[in-house]
Amino acid sequence: MHDMSAHAVGHGAPTSFIRKHVFSIDHKVIGKQYYALALVAAVVGMFLSWLMRIHLGWGSFAIPGLHLLSSSGAPGDVMTPEYYLQLMTMHGTIMVFFVLTTAPFAAFGNFFLPIQTGAEDMPFPHFNMMSFWVTFVAFMVMVAAFFVPDGPSLGGWTQYAPLSAIGAVGGPGQGWGVVFWAASIGIFCIGQLLGSLNFITTTLDMRCKGMSLMRLPISAWGWFITSVMGLTAFAVLMPACILLILDHVAGTSFFVPTGLVIGDHVLPHSGGSTLLWQHLFWFFGHPEVYIAIVPGMGIVSHVLITNMRRPMLSHRVLIYSMAALAVLSYMVYGHHMFVSGMNPVSSLAFSFPTLVITIPSTIIVLIWLGSLYGSKLRINSASLFSLGFVSMFISGGVSGFFLAQPSLDIMLHATYFVVGHFHLVMGVAAMFGIFAGTYFWFPKMTGRMMSETLGKAHFILSFIGAYCIFMPFHYLGIAGNVRRYQAFTDDYLIPLVPVHKFITIAALVTGFAQLIFIYNLIYSRFKGAHAPNDNPWQGTSLEWSTATPPPHNNFGATMPIVYHDPYQYSVEGAAADYIMQTSTEKVHSPDEEK
Amino acid sequence: MAKLFAVVIVLIAIASAVPIVMHMWPMPQDISVHGHLIDEQFADTMLEAGISFLASQILLAYFIWRFSSPAPGDKIKSFPGGAMGLVLAAFLLVGTEVLALGFFGTKAWASVYFTPPAADAVTVQAQAGQFAFYFRYPGPDGTFGPIHPDQISEANANFFGIDTTHDQDSKDDIVTAELAIPVNKEIHLLMHAKDVGHSFYVPELRVQQDFVPGLDVSVHFTATKIGRYEIVCTQLCGLGHYNMKAYLEVKSQEDYDAWIKQQAALQ
Repeated sequence: MHDMSAHAVGHGAPTSFIRKHVFSIDHKVIGKQYYALALVAAVVGMFLSWLMRIHLGWGSFAIPGLHLLSSSGAPGDVMTPEYYLQLMTMHGTIMVFFVLTTAPFAAFGNFFLPIQTGAEDMPFPHFNMMSFWVTFVAFMVMVAAFFVPDGPSLGGWTQYAPLSAIGAVGGPGQGWGVVFWAASIGIFCIGQLLGSLNFITTTLDMRCKGMSLMRLPISAWGWFITSVMGLTAFAVLMPACILLILDHVAGTSFFVPTGLVIGDHVLPHSGGSTLLWQHLFWFFGHPEVYIAIVPGMGIVSHVLITNMRRPMLSHRVLIYSMAALAVLSYMVYGHHMFVSGMNPVSSLAFSFPTLVITIPSTIIVLIWLGSLYGSKLRINSASLFSLGFVSMFISGGVSGFFLAQPSLDIMLHATYFVVGHFHLVMGVAAMFGIFAGTYFWFPKMTGRMMSETLGKAHFILSFIGAYCIFMPFHYLGIAGNVRRYQAFTDDYLIPLVPVHKFITIAALVTGFAQLIFIYNLIYSRFKGAHAPNDNPWQGTSLEWSTATPPPHNNFGATMPIVYHDPYQYSVEGAAADYIMQTSTEKVHSPDEEK
Repeated sequence: MAKLFAVVIVLIAIASAVPIVMHMWPMPQDISVHGHLIDEQFADTMLEAGISFLASQILLAYFIWRFSSPAPGDKIKSFPGGAMGLVLAAFLLVGTEVLALGFFGTKAWASVYFTPPAADAVTVQAQAGQFAFYFRYPGPDGTFGPIHPDQISEANANFFGIDTTHDQDSKDDIVTAELAIPVNKEIHLLMHAKDVGHSFYVPELRVQQDFVPGLDVSVHFTATKIGRYEIVCTQLCGLGHYNMKAYLEVKSQEDYDAWIKQQAALQ
């Protein structure tokens, strides 16, 4: 713990518009900037998924105006096969990096981690500002790929070599498109490394008086654990991206072996390894799944506790389980490569940690369910999305039982079963975590309430819609439906096309339901009812002890002192059904950590 | 709203299970010797995943239904056994079950990857390139001639880059665009990629294996049912990926012998 009064972070409030709203070093503004970036990216990503889904359901359908996006990619407004793959690559990349990583981790973490730890800012505020703007530049570079000759890469968000490393001869977008992709992701890594550094030091060094590590809210633990993963995972992806760029611009052959032939010409490359890219990518890629989901676990646990009016059955077990997920995530990455041609013994070696990871995951789910038992559950938009998260995490989790086993992966690898699995467990669940956090913290971030009616409508449509989209993906996968196909011309796939049409309709309806959220967000920001007080949900953690919205240094003249565990709800003998962490009320609580 | 939500969860859970129970979109039929091991493993896993899925969704729904409208005087109750009970349950029920599944599942994996092909297996070479598969049979000498990447020519239909003028072993090699194999006879497939990554997937055969540029990879299998099946590419290989396919023709030994003679004459 740290006395921050005289340290570098104690920067004064900015006065100019630019320093206040654009190049701000205030973690709260940076958090909002990340949120806005994620929102724009999510809209772009969702729009791309609509285009893909329409094409998969009705391949010859002319989407009015599509030629404006790319005249060569959509002549007569009908998507070409390569343009489908290009949109798919951008959808996956934008969603994974610029939505699922930025919103639950960087956006909410930036805004609330310092407040929940009792800090007046992060220790390196200029690095923090840099972190956002670097990420912004990364997004611009990624979007710019739409406008280079041949358009963006068609190699998928995993960018497997050598397709990604041989340049334009590999197909449309495989020249400059890949260079832009790798440059963008490399830049993105820098932003996340800077952010992770700040998150780790904030958690370890900036806690206010009385805030022991175990007194940190579970959401703060989620961001902390994620930042440790971020520091190690992005540090591997960045050099991989640099090597990929060098294969394009410097004549190197890191990922291209000898003797490849394209168009009857032997490529000049020699000596590289295609599996090297897969190892580097998935060493990042699997932790990335947990980078997307662990902050959501923290957020929904925090929201649920407040709305159950009770702590989780065990704060420590939840933290240890989340930490176990983080550690195991590095040991399981090879389950993406069971049939990749690596040694089949390695497949078994990667299979067992993958199966073991079901244990901490199951513990987390059982702690959620067990804590719901006997609670006083409040139903509101935030708690609904949290409960929805639990449901999605279960559904996406059980399909992991299959994919953890190399023998079953022989059938299911590269099919829609995998697509259904990761969309539920890391896509929809993480999105639900973002929504839960938004409905819950909106009053603290803006001073206004979001509409509960619209929030509930948004929830029920999204919940049913997401299942209608992603559950059938599993059936398609079992039937052998290969992913990353722009059309299904194989004899055994043709009978599955009606299922794709159903999914497309569900995706369009569910997508439109998200407009309710965007309307609610924007309307409430300017016209929503004022938050009745600083603590509208009767929460206990530090963000609810400060003013709304929080002042520049988070707590005003007096920094908080913490006396209690984060979640003292329904304590017998207490004056109210909650005791704030800053309350000096002395009560005996069986849940209080010794 | 809570009760509506609880009902929705239960309905979704049941609706999700129906297509699986009713086999509405089943796995393609199994035509391989080892496939039943995978299928049994799949069924066992489905049973465990299905029970976990239904039980936890229904429990979630029940708790939402039951605990969302507390009476004013209600007190918080703790789950019997507390956190430690649940941790133990996770280890004993789910952990043990899943690890046991994985352990027994190695049998199916081993049958494909840890058992060497039989000595009398028919060896066929498979080459994947954007966006076609080609196959090569060694001919009567039983030996494949060397591959010369610089001699690969689509225009001259020299897909493998073989030199029949200089390489003795290549003279009787037979190159085809479809993979014909004798039924009930083990096939040893030697796989290499011409350009980028591809994959060999025949759902009915319960085989999927990537072609890895720069690496020689092999699989072996025995087909048990005569027929024509699709070989599809499952590794994103470029704009024609969706259309990259070939056919597996499983023939009787006599038909296969006749076919190979006919193909030899066409070379």
